[in-house]
Amino acid sequence: MDKEGRQIVVPGETIVKGNEFLPGDNVYRDGEEVVSKRFGIVEISEKHVRVIPVSGAYYPRRGNTIIGTVVDVTFNGWLIEFGGVQNAFLPVAEVPRYINKNELREYLDFGESVIVKVWDVKSRGVDVSMKMRGYGKLEGGLIISVNPNKVPRIIGKEGSMVKLIKSATRCEITVGQNGKVWISGNSVEEELATKKIIEFIVENATINGLTEKVEKYIKSLGMKSEIEIIEKNTGEDEQDG
Amino acid sequence: MAKKESLYKKRSDGRKFDEIREIKVKVGIVPSADGSAMFQTGKTQAIAVVRGPRTFHPQHMQNPEKGMLRVNYGMMPFSVWDRIRPGPSRRSEEISKVSEWALSSVVDLSGFPNAVVDVFIQIPQADAGTRVAGLNAAAMALAHAGIPMKEMISAISVGKIDKTIVVDVNKEEEDFKEGEGSTDIPIAVTSRTGDIALLQLDGKISPEELKEAIKAGKEACKEILKIQTKALKDSSNGGSNE
Repeated sequence: MDKEGRQIVVPGETIVKGNEFLPGDNVYRDGEEVVSKRFGIVEISEKHVRVIPVSGAYYPRRGNTIIGTVVDVTFNGWLIEFGGVQNAFLPVAEVPRYINKNELREYLDFGESVIVKVWDVKSRGVDVSMKMRGYGKLEGGLIISVNPNKVPRIIGKEGSMVKLIKSATRCEITVGQNGKVWISGNSVEEELATKKIIEFIVENATINGLTEKVEKYIKSLGMKSEIEIIEKNTGEDEQDG
Repeated sequence: MAKKESLYKKRSDGRKFDEIREIKVKVGIVPSADGSAMFQTGKTQAIAVVRGPRTFHPQHMQNPEKGMLRVNYGMMPFSVWDRIRPGPSRRSEEISKVSEWALSSVVDLSGFPNAVVDVFIQIPQADAGTRVAGLNAAAMALAHAGIPMKEMISAISVGKIDKTIVVDVNKEEEDFKEGEGSTDIPIAVTSRTGDIALLQLDGKISPEELKEAIKAGKEACKEILKIQTKALKDSSNGGSNE
């Protein structure tokens, strides 16, 4: 147990005993016992036991928003590198406009960045789509990499943290669950200030009352947030997925 | 043969025969890696870094059934008094391989076909028992990297110094020449089932003494497991990867 009362387990550690429990993600059953398979935080809802990892590489899940780079152009789509085990595949059909099959590179070329939604995760790879609002090719701005495990802190409760930064720096921010953040503003100065704030959040991700700290930090940079965050951050991580 | 008294009556550093050296551990020492850990026992120090799972190259060697584990062990040139030549050697290749086999028995890479998990073990400072220190660090680093594992691994080197069974031998004991000399037995034990994941032997020992040595090793591994578990749990409070 840590100071917030969450149970942290290491691989091979017994979480609960009893046949009534159902093993979920990252756990397995060994006789009567439900055992952890990964290092993380235990979550038991009803009789369903699972472990949420607290560190390590990013694993894509259905519905995740990710930011990646085109590394290959095939005859019917693009291969996107996003920091996962395998590259993601973006088929032509998942692009919301007509594309000449012979000129895929006209629309998306090598090295260009996209923001896409994870559509399907198979053992062979990941399929992504950009057929919804907010997804598409990234033009302008800058992309920074952060630890994927800190992404929930950057987003904050119901997006409160991102809203706070957006209002202060007037930058467009998109956070990919794979730890890539796209920042686009009116000036380079504003974009760099946003980058600084995000790095500040990542560094102080474990502190309680982070929102207030960030507000202070924004003030120290000579900026002012136009919205008041009424809901105080309790320090509880918002889990994605 | 009548049992004679052992020539090794007191340990050179004043430890009890079943007492391990002072252990220092740290998780997350390499921020850019997916997982990392340091394990130090006495003057022996090991650093383990995990990268991956990532796509395995060359492509024709990929395993479409499950992911692969690749362990690379190496001693740093300055880890001992006389310099160690950098690069692979007969000894380092052997240790890489046995560590790989030991760790393969606990990791579950069925979810990552065509991928590889790289484990790098480096020894900045050596005073006997480097492969077991490396394994202890590697097990923590793998857990820290979020690799699915059935259980943890803890390892210890048990020694027979003349006729005395001691735990966690240091270099001085390993070089003991009197009587029957010294026998070095590195042993790795899994945390749940208590299975032996690695057992090597360098020297001479009778079957009875070997049983005794394994028993002593398993006891010591329980202690090491506690330290590993605590280090991992503490790391999740104070910032996981950084």
